[in-house]
Amino acid sequence: MTDVALTAAAAEPHEGGVRELLRGKRAIFGLGVIGFFLFLAVFGSAIAPYDPRASSTAVLEPPSLSHPLGTTEAGADVLSQVLVGARVSIVVGFSAALISSVLGALIGLVGGYFGGWTDRGLDALENWFLVIPQIPLMIVLARLLSPSLFVLIMVIGFTSWAGTARVVRAQVLTLKERPFVERARSLGASDRYVLRVHVLPNTLPLIFANTVIIIAVAILAEAALAFLGLGDPNSISWGTMLENAFNAGAPSAGAWWYVIPPGLCITTLVLAIALVGFLFEEYVNPRLRER
Amino acid sequence: MTFRWLAGKLAAALLTLVFVLIFNFFLFRVMGDPTTQLARLPRAAPEEIASLRHSYGLDKPLLGQFADYMGDTVTLDLGISQRTREPVWNEIAHALPWTLLLVGIGTVLSVLIGAWLGVIAATRRGTRSDSGLLGFSLFTYAAPEYWLGILLILVFAVAIPILPAGQQVTPGKEFDSWLAHAADVAEHLILPVATVTLMLLGQFFLIMRSSMVDVLTEDFITVKRATGLPWERVVRRHAVPNALLPLVTISAIQLGAVVGGLITIETIFSWPGLGELTYTAINDKDFPMLEGTFLVYSVGVIAANVLADCLYFGLDPRVQTA
Repeated sequence: MTDVALTAAAAEPHEGGVRELLRGKRAIFGLGVIGFFLFLAVFGSAIAPYDPRASSTAVLEPPSLSHPLGTTEAGADVLSQVLVGARVSIVVGFSAALISSVLGALIGLVGGYFGGWTDRGLDALENWFLVIPQIPLMIVLARLLSPSLFVLIMVIGFTSWAGTARVVRAQVLTLKERPFVERARSLGASDRYVLRVHVLPNTLPLIFANTVIIIAVAILAEAALAFLGLGDPNSISWGTMLENAFNAGAPSAGAWWYVIPPGLCITTLVLAIALVGFLFEEYVNPRLRER
Repeated sequence: MTFRWLAGKLAAALLTLVFVLIFNFFLFRVMGDPTTQLARLPRAAPEEIASLRHSYGLDKPLLGQFADYMGDTVTLDLGISQRTREPVWNEIAHALPWTLLLVGIGTVLSVLIGAWLGVIAATRRGTRSDSGLLGFSLFTYAAPEYWLGILLILVFAVAIPILPAGQQVTPGKEFDSWLAHAADVAEHLILPVATVTLMLLGQFFLIMRSSMVDVLTEDFITVKRATGLPWERVVRRHAVPNALLPLVTISAIQLGAVVGGLITIETIFSWPGLGELTYTAINDKDFPMLEGTFLVYSVGVIAANVLADCLYFGLDPRVQTA
């Protein structure tokens, strides 16, 4: 009983509420950066000074007034590619995270709520996905299907749901014992009703916190796959930029202007998203806040 | 004392391994039937394809194919690389020591440095050095590891050319002794190992820091302090050993993440390990090689999980009496 009471207390939102949380310095930084990159994802191609694919004879030139971030091995403008590249990262990151959390939430809810053999089967599947090395699995799947944005989104989404399922399942197991769920069930409410009205709303904050962190993971995964040559060949992303730079020997040529910007964009965006995710997780689980 | 707990973990690991084999079988045999590749060749007559299917055993029923596959895998017959025409296992056996060298040194260094920094941050919680270390570890967590590696190349191999940027030995160099050879390899190891260490450092730092913060608030630490023991000694003799447990177990589990980074890091440094095999297999569509390396990664990660359980079993007396 005390355990249940403790988790119940922990699941209670703290006094300050979301508004206060979002006023903190870290949150302002995180949301500001995310907002900035969302803006680029929408308007990046409109404000890019050059056609990001246009090649020229100005090959691997250091930053100048006409090319503030220099040029690529094909003579294209690095700044324009960085601006346009935001879209792929954002689209793949957000869509893959959405698929992953819908899957994870569904599997966690069903397994935790119904228990028995359904739960055992789903739990085994979940454990399997947690043990299997994720990036190699994505590589194998992406190679067998031919690379496109859609394939990338599916591959990342379908391989990263297990963590969410596990957390949701644990939460559902404690919710199931709470008096309001027992009351609803003894009054004859259907499973669907209980899941929709009592269980799902109480796991939503947790699911949301997890989704935010998976967006960061998905952005890193897209970049890594693109870097390894499994990106969408028809679109420019920060990962494909790093791939092209590496294949053209930009690091050993000392072309820092070509290598630093895309990596820095990935790092900053992932950092901002992870920060917001951690803050939200602290809010959902106040026991983490003391640290 | 019961070993049933450990036996259960071993059985679970074995079951996971069987699932991996079934998954691999379906993925590569059924999705990637080798003759579909050959059928794209011009002038491949139907009889030729049929005889090829027969020689690959693809005309047998699925269960028979699976039995063949299991037998081949257990005897380390992983097929022939489509790129080099060498047996996949031979190539893997050549690459494996290089990968173990890189990952082994990188993991040990990152655990040691991460734990050390974690203790420093936890005992100085809230100070500027604590938040500085936190910021640094978050940065290495968010940065793609291959990008960090490229930055290291830019700084230490190009801007200040003091270290080799790739490969495991200086090409074409003759060595008079094994010591000179080893020294050359060690020099080539520095940047890749530094990248692996940077990739893992942040995780270990965060785990050790939060574990230490937990231990330092426990009653027995207060009691030890009250007996008049110097603070340094309380931290070193009483807090750190108790805080190490999560670090030890998680460091073995962390191997799953290492594998992902290994592929990109070996790629940028042209390090002749498993990761580079995977990278060339991706670009040459060398499916037997891709399958072989994927199998080795999975076995490695499952073995690491078992190792973590064994360590946990050995270190935590509460499990042994349970």
